[in-house]
Amino acid sequence: MSDSPAPSIVFETRGVTKVYHMGEVSVHALRGVDIQLLEGELIVLLGRSGSGKSTLLNILGGLDVPTDGEVFYRDRAMSRFSEAELTRYRRNHVGFVFQFYNLIPSLTARENVALVTEIAPNPMNPADALELVGLGGRLDHFPSQLSGGEQQRVAIARAIAKRPDVLLCDEPTGALDLNTGARVLEALESVNRELGTTTAVITHNAVIADMAHRVIRVSDGQIESVETNTTRRSASDLIW
Amino acid sequence: MRALNRKLLRDLSHMKGQAVAIAAVIGCGLAVFIGARTTLYSLKSARATYYDRSRFADVFTGLNRAPEAIARRAAEIPGVAAVDSRVVEGVTLDIPGLDEPAVGKLVSLPDRGEPNLNLPYLKSGRFPDPNRGGEVLAEEAFVSAHGFRPGDSFEAVLNGRLQTLTITGVGLSPEYLTTIQPGSLFPDDKRFGIFWMPRRQLASAFTMEGAFNDLTLSLMPGANEAEVIRRLDRLLAPHGGLGANGRDQHLSHRFISDELAQLRIMSLVPPSIFLGVAAFLLSVAIRRLLSLQREQIAALKAFGYANREIALHYAGYAIAIVALGTLLGFALGAFMGKSMTAMYAAFYRFPNAGYRPDFATFVLGAALSFAIGIAGVAAGVRQAVRIPPAEAMRPEPPPVYRPSLVERLGWHRWLAQAPRMILRELSRRPLKAALTAVGIAFSCAILVVGNFGKDAIDYLVAVQFGIQERQDATVTFHDARPVRALEDLRHLRGVTRAEPFRAVPVRVRNGQYSRQTAVRGLGPERDLYRLIDTRERVVDLPGAGVLLSAQLAKILHVDPGDTVEIEVLEGERPTRRVPVGALVEDFSGIAAYMDLAELNALMREGPSISGAYLAVTADKAGGVFRELKRAPAVAGVSLQKVAIEAFLDTFAENLLQMRLFNVAFACVIAFGVVYNSARVSLSERGRELATLRVIGFTRAETSAILLGELGFLTLVAIPLGFAIGYGLCRFIALAMETEMYRIPFRLDDSTFAFAAVTVIVAAIVSGLIVRRGIDRLDLVAVLKSRE
Repeated sequence: MSDSPAPSIVFETRGVTKVYHMGEVSVHALRGVDIQLLEGELIVLLGRSGSGKSTLLNILGGLDVPTDGEVFYRDRAMSRFSEAELTRYRRNHVGFVFQFYNLIPSLTARENVALVTEIAPNPMNPADALELVGLGGRLDHFPSQLSGGEQQRVAIARAIAKRPDVLLCDEPTGALDLNTGARVLEALESVNRELGTTTAVITHNAVIADMAHRVIRVSDGQIESVETNTTRRSASDLIW
Repeated sequence: MRALNRKLLRDLSHMKGQAVAIAAVIGCGLAVFIGARTTLYSLKSARATYYDRSRFADVFTGLNRAPEAIARRAAEIPGVAAVDSRVVEGVTLDIPGLDEPAVGKLVSLPDRGEPNLNLPYLKSGRFPDPNRGGEVLAEEAFVSAHGFRPGDSFEAVLNGRLQTLTITGVGLSPEYLTTIQPGSLFPDDKRFGIFWMPRRQLASAFTMEGAFNDLTLSLMPGANEAEVIRRLDRLLAPHGGLGANGRDQHLSHRFISDELAQLRIMSLVPPSIFLGVAAFLLSVAIRRLLSLQREQIAALKAFGYANREIALHYAGYAIAIVALGTLLGFALGAFMGKSMTAMYAAFYRFPNAGYRPDFATFVLGAALSFAIGIAGVAAGVRQAVRIPPAEAMRPEPPPVYRPSLVERLGWHRWLAQAPRMILRELSRRPLKAALTAVGIAFSCAILVVGNFGKDAIDYLVAVQFGIQERQDATVTFHDARPVRALEDLRHLRGVTRAEPFRAVPVRVRNGQYSRQTAVRGLGPERDLYRLIDTRERVVDLPGAGVLLSAQLAKILHVDPGDTVEIEVLEGERPTRRVPVGALVEDFSGIAAYMDLAELNALMREGPSISGAYLAVTADKAGGVFRELKRAPAVAGVSLQKVAIEAFLDTFAENLLQMRLFNVAFACVIAFGVVYNSARVSLSERGRELATLRVIGFTRAETSAILLGELGFLTLVAIPLGFAIGYGLCRFIALAMETEMYRIPFRLDDSTFAFAAVTVIVAAIVSGLIVRRGIDRLDLVAVLKSRE
């Protein structure tokens, strides 16, 4: 990215705070977060569990709204989106990958992907998307017939099949062992590289940070640091 | 097919047991709705067509005798469209193979052309020839009861002269959809028949040439019926008019109208119960599905599915189940309607009683069940869809448990661990537990209601023929006879007791309220025919005054101690004010009773009687009846008890069929509720139960926790079901009460026992099916998967 002209800003947050009220207790999940995500960037949000990184990702993905502060998606103020606009935004621009895959157990791999391509404006063929994550041979398997890593790759295929502008991944390897985790990260990396999709990965695993363009450390609802990796490791070279 | 629809189909096939159980409940509700309503529609349209084509009259009256010119004057009453004057006479029939005399009603047919009103429908054979003596057209019921065919003949006593009557054809009449003798509870087709005879023949036998004794009228649209009746009564009073009535008091019309009213209730009450239960089951099943798929909903939202699309998707489950139930209801309802219509057609004789299902009922039924389905799931779906996606992504918070009431009261020391878990589960969601119990209770209630009809009829027969009418036969004379006629009866070999009665047609009036009926005068010794009050105690006749049926008192708005005006409709036609002594409970009709001597005094006549109640030794009954057949004064002998038993035998099969329907329906509800609750609990608590198995609970102990909850609810539901069933029967008895019938409110212990046992068996069977699910719990998988 260093040799190209200044990339445009995909997301920008200004003073985003989020407070959950759980019964009589108020939980401050985010306390004034200011970050920018750039076009085509692979960014890793690093932090311990409970640090607020998932909340931040949910807000960027239009699944949640901040209590205070501003969020811009390509200069549009998301904090003022109506529910219908948020739905349209998720539908047309965002790909989600969740820690627990969230596949529909009653649908095959291909059908899980089709669930998304059917409502997207310019989708890939579901089979192509699965081919891209190395599951071309398991199109008609149900989630219960796939390993955890394979399920997560189906989830990635499902997320990229709509050709999203941004790919948001919440602990994508959290439920996987090392080897399978590495394969999933390779899939994410290749999507970022080949499709140029802006990708944000949440993790508590510092090793994964090595594959990012930039690493944002989150702690106690605040941004602790933002580092640019001068030398990136490819996912297959990560040292666990 | 879209992926989301594929998901719907696969999820449905995963929960097919529940889906089918709920669809079955909807199907049953819809079946009763459609069955009853299409039957109602078929009968109503058959009746309307029949009435229309046969020109069924609007106003009916009997009289002593009037010249034909009077009929023409009746036609001039404003509002009258057509009149038809006839000669109608009662005769005694001697039917081969029947010891006792049968009663025939001869109705005249014009010698030329067809009647202006009440055209008989020729079913087979031909109309009688006015030029040939002794030919009659016979009403179908009597013909079938005796297996007669056109060409057969029998003997009858016409005006004291024995004559042979030959059946030329079989007919039906809108006046006799069912042939019930006035004063009877049930039809007795063997001993009562209708015959049409050419007017010339009939008039000459009864010396009624140029005269008539029966007049029917049709009215112009918008005519004032009450006013026409008033004028007609005034016109006919000098000729022994017996008081005219509209269709609403016409025996056959009223009988079928009452029946249709009862069908209407049937089309409303049970379906409401079924569909209510179905809505509850759907709501429980869908809520569980939504909670299981909480994260799938979140994922769908994250992908950009709009709330509306997700809501429609989940509503789709309900729609699919309702659609299945609706198809089931259509098929079962059409079958029920067809067999019910056939059952009614066997009783009410229409020339055209086919099953004509109306499209509108099916559309309405489908709309109803879909509305119920949507109502059942709307709240759950709305709630689930509204959860913000980020929140739905997190697992549901663990349910809040609290010590149950029993524990808070400190009684738990007596409770083992398992009952404690059951109690806490119940008190955690009391509304769901209560609704489950109510659902089971309704199945119990349906069983109680299902047997209510039988209990009521048993009781009616027991009271009416065990306590009230204990005579073996009732003899009726053509006209009032001197008291010594009683002695003749007493002297018949085999007669052990004879009690006289006098019956006088009257109109009883209290201000604006009036009814036409007969006052029955009873002698001082009343061992055979007794009157009883609401508590089955024998009531004595007041020295002076009249006893009224509770029903009649209600119509007239009088209480004991009030006075009513009695207008006699025969003889010198005196009118008197008489105090109301007490009220008697009878199940049918609107009777009035007086002391025989008092009644004769009111009539300003010497001691005379209209007939007698007889006790006859069984082995000599045949001889007694044969004697009576030959006695010219005897108009008829009725054996009500025998008739009712025959009637009940004929209908036993239908009653049994209805009972089977009820049992099947109740089982469907009980099974649907118990099975669904158990499935949902198993799915909600699979983890907990698997944990118990892992830490060493046996299968039986684990099942006990899940099924114990349902067992407890079933036991609570049974008394509740008794109470609901009791209330429903009470409501039905009241709703179905008509002037002709009062349905006694009586439920036997065996009915409650049967309901309880059936519900328990249905619960056990569904429990056992779900238990197989508990036995198959995959312990490792359940513990590994995250909540």
